[in-house]
Amino acid sequence: MTETTRAAGRMAAVSALALSLAAGPAAAQLAALGTPEGQVNIVAWPGYIERGETMKEFDWVTGFEARTGCKVNVKTANTSDEMVALMNEGGFDLVTASGDASLRLVAGKRVQPINLSLIPSWDTVDDRLKNAPWYVVNGVHYGVPYMWGPNVLMYNTEVFKDQPPTSWNVVFEEMTLPDGKSNKGRVQAYDGPIHIADAAQYLMYHRPELGITSPYELNEDQYKAALDLLRQQRQLVARYWHDAFIQMDDFKNEGMAASGTWPFQVNLLQADKVPVASVIPVEGATGWADTTMMHADAANPTCAYLWMEHTLSSNLMSDLSVWFGANPAVPAACTDGRGMQTAEGCTKNGFDDFDRIRFWTTPVANCSQGPGACVPYYRWVSDYVGVIGGR
Amino acid sequence: MTAAPTAAAAPAPAARAPAVLPDRGPGDRLSRTFWRRPGLLTALLIAPPLLWLGVVYLGSLAALLAQSFFSIDPFSGLTVREFTLATYAELLKPANLDIILRTVTMAAAVTAGCALIGFPVAYFAARYARGRWKALFYLGILLPLWSSYLVKVYAWKLILAKEGIVSWAVEGIGASAILNAVLALPVIGGNSLSTSYLGTWIVFVYVWLPYMILPMQAALERVPVSLLEASADLGATRWQTFRTVVLPLAMPGVAAGSIFTFSLTLGDYIIPQIVGTSARFIGLMVYQLQGTAGNIPLAAAFAVVPIVIMLVYLWLAKRRGAFDAL
Repeated sequence: MTETTRAAGRMAAVSALALSLAAGPAAAQLAALGTPEGQVNIVAWPGYIERGETMKEFDWVTGFEARTGCKVNVKTANTSDEMVALMNEGGFDLVTASGDASLRLVAGKRVQPINLSLIPSWDTVDDRLKNAPWYVVNGVHYGVPYMWGPNVLMYNTEVFKDQPPTSWNVVFEEMTLPDGKSNKGRVQAYDGPIHIADAAQYLMYHRPELGITSPYELNEDQYKAALDLLRQQRQLVARYWHDAFIQMDDFKNEGMAASGTWPFQVNLLQADKVPVASVIPVEGATGWADTTMMHADAANPTCAYLWMEHTLSSNLMSDLSVWFGANPAVPAACTDGRGMQTAEGCTKNGFDDFDRIRFWTTPVANCSQGPGACVPYYRWVSDYVGVIGGR
Repeated sequence: MTAAPTAAAAPAPAARAPAVLPDRGPGDRLSRTFWRRPGLLTALLIAPPLLWLGVVYLGSLAALLAQSFFSIDPFSGLTVREFTLATYAELLKPANLDIILRTVTMAAAVTAGCALIGFPVAYFAARYARGRWKALFYLGILLPLWSSYLVKVYAWKLILAKEGIVSWAVEGIGASAILNAVLALPVIGGNSLSTSYLGTWIVFVYVWLPYMILPMQAALERVPVSLLEASADLGATRWQTFRTVVLPLAMPGVAAGSIFTFSLTLGDYIIPQIVGTSARFIGLMVYQLQGTAGNIPLAAAFAVVPIVIMLVYLWLAKRRGAFDAL
């Protein structure tokens, strides 16, 4: 599939190039829909666009294809950087960009403004997301919201018994857990530099004198305090997790007691009858919010708009939120029975905790503390490697 | 009578002007060209493999090397295509030196482990196994290579897990104290076998063992029996024979096998990802730098490290005659 998708993508890129050369500078946004082009090429997270091939009941593609005649070609990407690279390469119409990638795409002029009047279901979008800063720049909408979710604290209910954890301290500080044994070697942490933000968020609550206002904007002192906390955490962590399925295996076979995780793993483990539950602790949680964005040179704009409308109006939001353990961008998808999701399911996925979630953004040097005041992301990367290596 | 002189004279003009038959087609012209210029045929035959080696293999290596002399702009994260040694200087940062040292130490330990475990197996196969036993030996050694590498590593993760079969068996025979004492060792120990350096080492040794046994066996089979008999005739004990005759003659095989185990460990990025403490190895670091971090120059610089180490290693191995046993 990938090969043909890419070949098609290249051809599309060439024609898009020809088109943009002919038309001069691309128009700000599409004025009206044309005839569907017959296909739409999407860069997406794994599991985001399902056509019933993984599990029969999870399908939000075939209906769209039958109705519009737009064949959906998916290229999955595993990291935000990969997504940005693919969009820079060109040949795609849409991307499900997370908060760290979306602003980079806007700044790099890889995505185009969206004409909201061409998306009839726009009004049904969650009011909390309608003007979110990770895709709306100077009042211009560069996409439509897709899915969002928190990074929750998962814990083993047999270890914690009737005293479920209320703070992230169980993964940051050495302590005796309710089952009488230390947490040393029994907690996990995310194996990605963005976990520094989780440490910063913990400090934001417990050490207000540091003056942290956002876990993604840290000056040198705040950054150092976060790294020190992570070095302390290294003593407790036997293995960091980066692969959802390896983490689930660790909760089954390694006697793990607690870890930050996605609702995805919690749901799957519970379905497997593993005694786990999750909570958003008092310090709050970090999280992700994804947006469907359209390439500046999209070769299939009509199909792309039809897909964006489809994401908001069909069973997609509802079923995907069940499948991925995330929250729909359309609140009605939780309740109106368009898919499998229910109000309880949304609550479990953290739908009501929007205000307690600090959504993922790329740390940059020029932050609200002043130009060059914050530690940029590339240092997060190298320093986190050092921390995991025991430095 | 008149015919005879003409017949005898006939070869003479032929000797003066070479017998050139008329070309029967382009095939003849082609073969004539090749016959006259033998170098051309050789060049044509060797061109495709040379192109493959030169363009695809060395070309990509050169591209990699070139990337390592670029650097990354700290603010935009874009690659700056200007010559600099700053990226290599970054390799010398303590955290990165740790990674290199950790990887080389692991590769050396894995090689030593493979040699120690593999030698008796190879010795038995070369000296004693005959007929069916020999076939069984080859099957036993090669069988693990036929199953998927990933499946084997994931299986090992389960085997070594805290609640896995090893702990279960150890507990069953009442030896938990020994396992716990081993896991309590500094550096190599950990919370469980699957989250310790010891576990990473076990899996590496298992996965690369066949690559060590096969060249060792080849070298051992080449040790002539007459030498062993001569050694015995001269009054050497079995241990003396082994130490002064067999072992030196088997060394090229050990060196050849070590090239595989050492280089494979040096570049692997799957095993330390699944079994171990999450501390980075060179391969894993390259994978992360080129993917998540988007730092191609540093990834390239890291990739150059095993190449340099292997060049030195191969040079040393060649001096020990490792290539005679391949």
